[in-house]
Amino acid sequence: MINLEVPRKFGTLIGQAHQMAAEIMRPNSRKYDRAEHAYPKELDMLAAVINGMNEGGALSGAGAAGATQGGGSKNGASADPTGTRNGSNLANVLSIAEVCWGDVGLLLSMPGQGLGNAAIAAVANEEQLQRFGGKWAAMAITEPEAGSDSAAIRTTARLDGDEYVLNGEKIFVTAGDRAELIVVWASLDRDQGRAAIKSFVVERDNPGLKLDRLEHKLGIRASDTANFVLSDCRVPKENLLGSPEIEAKQGFAGVMQTFDNTRPLVAAMALGVARACLEETRERLGEAGTRIDYDAPPNAQSAAAAEFLALEADYEAARLLTLEAAWMADNGKPNSLQASMAKAKAGRTGTDIALRCVALCGAVGYGEGSLLEKWARDAKILDIFEGTQQIQLLVVARLLLGKSSSELK
Amino acid sequence: MPRQQQNLTDRSMAIGLRALNRFAGSSVVDRFGLRDPAERFLFGASKTTVRTATSAGRTFAAAQKLAKPARQPRLAPSGLFDLTPTDEQQMLSQSVRDFALQRLRPAAQDADAACVAPAELLTQSDELGLTMIGVPEELGGAVTERSALTAVLMSEALAQGDMGLAVACLAPAAVSTALSLWGDEDQQATYLPEFVGERIPSASLAVLEPRPLFNPFRLETHARRSNGGYVLSGVKSLVPRAADGELFIVAAALEGHPALFIVEATAGGIAVEPEPAMGIRAASTGRLTFEDVELPASSLIAAGSAEVYAECIQLGRIAWSALAVGVGQAVLEYVIPYVKERTAFGEPIANRQSVAFAVSNIAIELEGMRLTTYRAASRADQGKSFAREAALARRLASEHGMSIGSDGVQLLGGHGYVKEHPVERWYRDLRAAGVMEGGLLV
Repeated sequence: MINLEVPRKFGTLIGQAHQMAAEIMRPNSRKYDRAEHAYPKELDMLAAVINGMNEGGALSGAGAAGATQGGGSKNGASADPTGTRNGSNLANVLSIAEVCWGDVGLLLSMPGQGLGNAAIAAVANEEQLQRFGGKWAAMAITEPEAGSDSAAIRTTARLDGDEYVLNGEKIFVTAGDRAELIVVWASLDRDQGRAAIKSFVVERDNPGLKLDRLEHKLGIRASDTANFVLSDCRVPKENLLGSPEIEAKQGFAGVMQTFDNTRPLVAAMALGVARACLEETRERLGEAGTRIDYDAPPNAQSAAAAEFLALEADYEAARLLTLEAAWMADNGKPNSLQASMAKAKAGRTGTDIALRCVALCGAVGYGEGSLLEKWARDAKILDIFEGTQQIQLLVVARLLLGKSSSELK
Repeated sequence: MPRQQQNLTDRSMAIGLRALNRFAGSSVVDRFGLRDPAERFLFGASKTTVRTATSAGRTFAAAQKLAKPARQPRLAPSGLFDLTPTDEQQMLSQSVRDFALQRLRPAAQDADAACVAPAELLTQSDELGLTMIGVPEELGGAVTERSALTAVLMSEALAQGDMGLAVACLAPAAVSTALSLWGDEDQQATYLPEFVGERIPSASLAVLEPRPLFNPFRLETHARRSNGGYVLSGVKSLVPRAADGELFIVAAALEGHPALFIVEATAGGIAVEPEPAMGIRAASTGRLTFEDVELPASSLIAAGSAEVYAECIQLGRIAWSALAVGVGQAVLEYVIPYVKERTAFGEPIANRQSVAFAVSNIAIELEGMRLTTYRAASRADQGKSFAREAALARRLASEHGMSIGSDGVQLLGGHGYVKEHPVERWYRDLRAAGVMEGGLLV
């Protein structure tokens, strides 16, 4: 039966996430926006709480770690008599949005909750899950010469005895300096294209993994963004995630399926920022004497109220698309299309809402006295990482039109 | 055609649609048989303002008294986030979609040009039981529980065939649903039997007024109390099937507050004139002028309740959003094969990002509109507030619906601008979702 309300059983989880966002994230937002690269130590305590929640099995945590593939939701899943499940994918999307209502930069710095964790959860085998479980894992895909075109990455992995030897350069690794593990994408054979690309788990303290520098950024400054050089970086061959075989058809698809799980999570981040902006703006507009009326047509209200309604409508669309993608994952339905649609809509909507809210609030929005200007800077990354807007549109178009990547470039 | 009809009949009977059971095989029933199609064409499409008095129409009278008004019970929500329609909803919307694609779509262009829906189609649509969906079972209705969502799914499916014809088919359902939701025992006993009977009356919900920045909560049409009843004056715009309407529910201000009145077409002082518009022309939109129309005390719905009026407006907005979703789906399904087949510079234009991304954006915004519309309807069914959700669905349907219509034409280029393809009609129809108030109800 069609119902698009948040299930009541997630109320406790969302309540906890909200409390965390309000009590820990918001009060520290400005501090770590200014103190870029400083470690937000307030989060350590939170991580312990979240891990406790995960292990307790009551509900999955506020981060990316719990995202799982296809109906195998381990935490808090339940099904109604018709077999519908509301599991960890939906729980994660909801709690991430809630925490990012507090601060998206701090969410990305939450120990143990990196995007690498989502990759491990999605494709690791049982032994690897045991070995890497509970550790903070970052994700290293992008290179100086390969961003959206991840099939063109140049980092190589060569099997030498029981170890893979990795060589190359990785940039824009979120939480790369702080994480305990880095999931590195590298090619087993550059002549075999995307099929040869595999992901490898590298311990942060591996001597072959050298931190090159930390970036200074437009936003999400609380989150460290690291650039690495891998030089003869040796990892046990058991650290390869998925199959070591180069399969012409399946290989890259396996790597890409991680995105079906992580894209809704990034969409959820954009939802959190967008909702923060809308709530703040509604309050400021209210102080200025502008009320939002849902019954009167927008054209019969002030321009500010009409604009607010327009933004809120797009927020609602982005939010429901994101919940749809997560719900599909929980129920074992292939969701590549919906995951990319959600990411595309939420990414662009988040940025649009944040920037327009700054303008609606004028000097109050643009000045550092409120967090609106910061949220507008933070929001932009959400339309870029885990696949830019343009990549999402490409994914959606290829699926709708039945086009290969060589036909529709 | 007989085989198709059989399929529809089978499905509809299986889901308890008693209408079809009763009407199966009675295709000879054509209440418009007396009116020559050519005459209807001239009347509907006339540019000259021929204002005529409404007079046609039946006498509505209660055959039996009801002790209390009948209401459909609500479905109990499962509490889980779920996008799976019930089996009944799936079968129903599939039946309606078959009807829409096989019957409405081929008739759409001529109906658009003629500004009238073929009588045969309206009869078939009545036989599908659209006016019975919102009526309580004890009054002869078709579906046990109240479900705005079911009406949304059916509206969406119908509009996939054609929006104008969908409006013509659904207009009487707005009146039967309103009476089911808010009518008192006498109003229900007087009018509802006709909507589950053999000849469904042409009926319409008239809210919109002809002026810029129209706000349905600030009406110029008004009613004043007189001799224990009311006297109604004002103008209603773009009323579906106004000319052959036998029964109207009219939004009018009573002592400054908007309210709903039941108005029979035979009441004196009502004039109707054709008001063809940019789109939804098959709905035979017309303008109704009320000049000191005397109404009985029993014509006021729900004692003029402000809550009921707001709900009526909100449910109407959800209905128009649902139609926009259906037309948007039609656009998407039309442009995909087109851009894959059409070649330029030696390869399909679908291989170009500028074209492919336009298709992506249609799909993305369409799905966002759809989910937002479903949520609004689902909240209504659960007895939760839905003013916000209805407003947001309307905004999306208005804005993105418009863009989808425009992109549909654009992707076909010059071919999209000519009537060889339906996208120019969808372009015109989709604009209605941001303009119309009332007329429909889910």
